[in-house]
Formats: sequence, C-alpha cells, structure tokens
Amino acid sequence: MATTQILIAGFGGQGVLFAGKCIAYKGLEEGKQLSWLPSYGPEMRGGTANCSVIISDTPVGSPIVSTPDVLTAMNLPSLDKYEDATAKGGKIFVDSSLIDRKVNRTDVDAYYIPATKLANDAGFPTLANMIMMGKMIKEAGFVSMDGMKEALSHVISAKRADMLDINLKAIEIGYNYEG
Amino acid sequence: MAEKVLMKGNEAIAEAAIRAGCMHYFGYPITPQTEIAAYMAKRMPKIGGVFLQAESEIAAINMVYGVAGTGFRVMTSSSSPGISLKGEGISYLAGADLPALIVNVQRGGPGLGGIQPSQSDYFQATRGLGHGDFHLIVMAPASVQEMADMTAKCFDLSDKYRVPAMILADGTLGQMMEPVVLPEPTEYKPDKPWAVTGTNCERKHNIINSLYLKPEELEKTNFERFERYKAIEENEPLWEEFMMDDAEICVAAFGIAARVSKNAIMAAREKGIKVGMIRPITLWPFPKKPFKAAADKCKAFISVELSMGQMIEDVQLATECKVPVTLCNRAGGMIPSPEEVLEAIERAAGGNK
Repeated sequence: MATTQILIAGFGGQGVLFAGKCIAYKGLEEGKQLSWLPSYGPEMRGGTANCSVIISDTPVGSPIVSTPDVLTAMNLPSLDKYEDATAKGGKIFVDSSLIDRKVNRTDVDAYYIPATKLANDAGFPTLANMIMMGKMIKEAGFVSMDGMKEALSHVISAKRADMLDINLKAIEIGYNYEG
Repeated sequence: MAEKVLMKGNEAIAEAAIRAGCMHYFGYPITPQTEIAAYMAKRMPKIGGVFLQAESEIAAINMVYGVAGTGFRVMTSSSSPGISLKGEGISYLAGADLPALIVNVQRGGPGLGGIQPSQSDYFQATRGLGHGDFHLIVMAPASVQEMADMTAKCFDLSDKYRVPAMILADGTLGQMMEPVVLPEPTEYKPDKPWAVTGTNCERKHNIINSLYLKPEELEKTNFERFERYKAIEENEPLWEEFMMDDAEICVAAFGIAARVSKNAIMAAREKGIKVGMIRPITLWPFPKKPFKAAADKCKAFISVELSMGQMIEDVQLATECKVPVTLCNRAGGMIPSPEEVLEAIERAAGGNK
C-alpha cells in the first residue's frame, strides 16, 4: 500500500514539469496508479513552476501534493516555500549549485546535488532536471531504473530521438552521484 | 484490455470526442481549457474533420448551432467567462432542440476572475445558462478516465433526448495527467429525421428554429421539452457512493472536490468516524434518490465545494432539510485541502453526539 507524493519545484524553463512527466510515464510502465498535476500560470519562462506527482499501489485520491514525501527544489524560493510542508521522514533534494543554503529541518533526509554544474560539465546544460531525477529515483525508489529508456521514449517525441540517450545519460549521472 | 496511456484531462476529452465521431470543433482559446482546442487543431485536419478557431466564443457557439442542425456531432469548449459569452447561443440550441457538447473547464470568478480551478459555475450549468426555461444534461467527471468516458456518454444522451449536454470540469482535471483507456473509435452516421440535410425535392423542408411568435405554439414546445426533461430525470441520474454502507455523516462532493474528500474520508475512518460520500456524476439531473435515502440514516451532511456554496442547495432540497447540511469550501481558485475537509467531518461528528 505504498504511496509516494512527489513535488518538483523550480522556475519555468528548468524542466520540472518534464521531469515529473518522465516519472509518471515510468510509473505507468510499471503498472502503478498515478497522477501528474502541473502548476499552470500565464508565464512561459522565468516564473515559478512546480508539479505534483503521486505514484501509488492504490487509486490516487487528491492529485494535489500538499505534504510531499519527496521534495525536489531547483531554486531557493522553492526550498523556502515547501521545506516546512515536507512530510516528517521525507526526502528533500536540493540543486546545490543554485541554492546556497542547507535544509533547516532535522526530521527529513536532505540530499545536495550540484545538478546545474554537473549538467554544464557534461555538456548538456539544460538537463539538470534529469540529473535531479536520477538521484531521486536512487534514494526514494518510487520507480526503478530498469526500462527507463523505454519510458523516456514516450515523453521524448520521435523527432527528438537524438535527445533520448543524452537524457538517459543525465539520469545516470544523478543516479550514480555520491556527494 | 486496451492500452493505458497518459493524457491530460483536456486532451482526453478531445480524443474521446473524435472517437465518438465528433468531426466538428469550434472554439476560442482560454486558460485552462486551451489544450482541447490545441489537440483538435492538430488532429482534425489529419482525419478530415473541421477545427475552426472562431473570432469569438459567440461566433463559435453559433457555428455549433449550424452543424448541430445538420445532424452531425459537434462540440465547443471554453472556461467560465467564455461560457457566459456562449449563453445566448446555448439557449438557442436548447430552444431548437439541437444536440451538442459544450465543455466548461472552470476557473475562478466572477468577472474575468483568475485562471485557477473552481466549481463556481454550478448554478450557471444547472440553472441559468441562458434565458428561457431550459436545462442542459450536465456531467461532472472526477478523473481523466471519466473525462474520456463522459464525453462519449454526453454525445449519446444529447442525441437521444435532443438536449445539449455539458461536461463541467475544472482547471485541475483539465491540466492533470492520469492513465486512461480511451474508448474504441466509432464512426458516427447521423440518423436524425429532423436534421436539415437537403430534401432532394422529395420531402418537406425541415426547419431548425427557436422563434415562435404565437404564444400557444411556444408554450407547446416548452411543455413537450419538459416531458423529455422528466424522462431524463427518471432515467439518467448517475452517482457514486463511497463507504456509505454504515455512514453516519455524508459528504457531498463532485469533481475534484470529491477526490480531495476521499482522502479526508479515509483519514476520518482511521479515526473511527463513520463517514461516506455521495458523489453526483450527473449534476443535472441531480441524483436526488441516494441523498433522500441517506437523509434517513445520516445525522449530518457536508457539501464540499470550490465555490461559495452552490450544490449545497440541491443537497438541502434532495434531503428535504431533514438533517443539517454544512458547507466546507474554498473559492476564487483555491482548493480545500484534505485536512480542511477532515476538520469539517470532525466538527460534524462532534457537534451532533
């Protein structure tokens, strides 16, 4: 009866909705119950963006994540806003190349990943989201890494098939990151 | 079993409409329903259908009137302020007894309001969408799967009774993605002897019209239409009962409010509170029967809504005010949290001990 409530937050353009979508597709492939809900607003880039993903073995009730078990913050306002809401015993993932403070809570597990820097170093500066996602999957285990390529092929259109391996690589960088 | 795919609620409506044989879509963009129009714009040209972005909502609904008169399946979609603009045209559809599907993915109001989810068009959908005596068949999905299933159902009911049908969703359901099994595609061949299809000089003209200058004639059309409404009220109410078997407190909620309420009910059950929910699936006709029955065994009702309290009036009417009905609500684009609903349940449980 496991249910994981995931909140991925950052600013528009970082791909937080996309990362959530990848997780949702992976959940679908694994036969789980799930929901994916974006914040939606008038702005295309630069504003705040977040998405709620729920992966569960039982039907999903409310699709709105108000107390995340897993919080991924890709900018400081997101960490400021959602840190206190995170469930006791939850996991907080911080892009430490963009957020220069630590998590204040002591009743959660905090993970610091310099995702934006790792993405820049690897030559795909727009894929910090996928690096964060790799680490989330590793530590929170709501979906597995097996068959990730298959799941990604649903999210990345055939026209952009060349992006598939790069995305997969970014996820692996996050998955294997120890720090 | 057919394949499960991941889709936004808005996209599921659009694809399900096409699969129900709807080859004509007219609309005008507005958040949070624009994905319906975007999906139609992409798909319709590929399958020989019509997607037309009209110059306004008013133009779009009148284009719907035109196609509906020919007997083909047709739809439009919008969000709250846009639906108000369509009001006149919807009244004309009702007056001319034309089947059509209108989708309202609600946002906060009144006025231009906001773009976040709301259920504050309940009165408009179930009571006064335009001038004159008329009803729409109104269905309220609570999942992406229901967005798809109810689209097909609305077309069927609308054709069957010659009454326009509405899907009353909200921004959350429109924007969220869930796994959905899409209905099998059907080819729709209109079989409507009243439609204007060309006479070939072999029969009398069919006339699509809502103007009757002789009051006796107009009265007759009203009485005849209300006979059909009566049949709809008898045959078509739909609802879901959740944990109602031993319930002492009954939550009434539809759409996204029902999803939130389910979490709260599970949490209340863990605390030993006997609470259940009746979720109206059709808002018109309102499922009076289960509420009436529940009023005999429940000590309190809670109407959970994303509005200042609109469905609560139907709950009070259906329960004949035998037991107190309280309101648990947020408005203006806010959504009640499961904790807020749980508090309302606990108040109802404590207050009547």
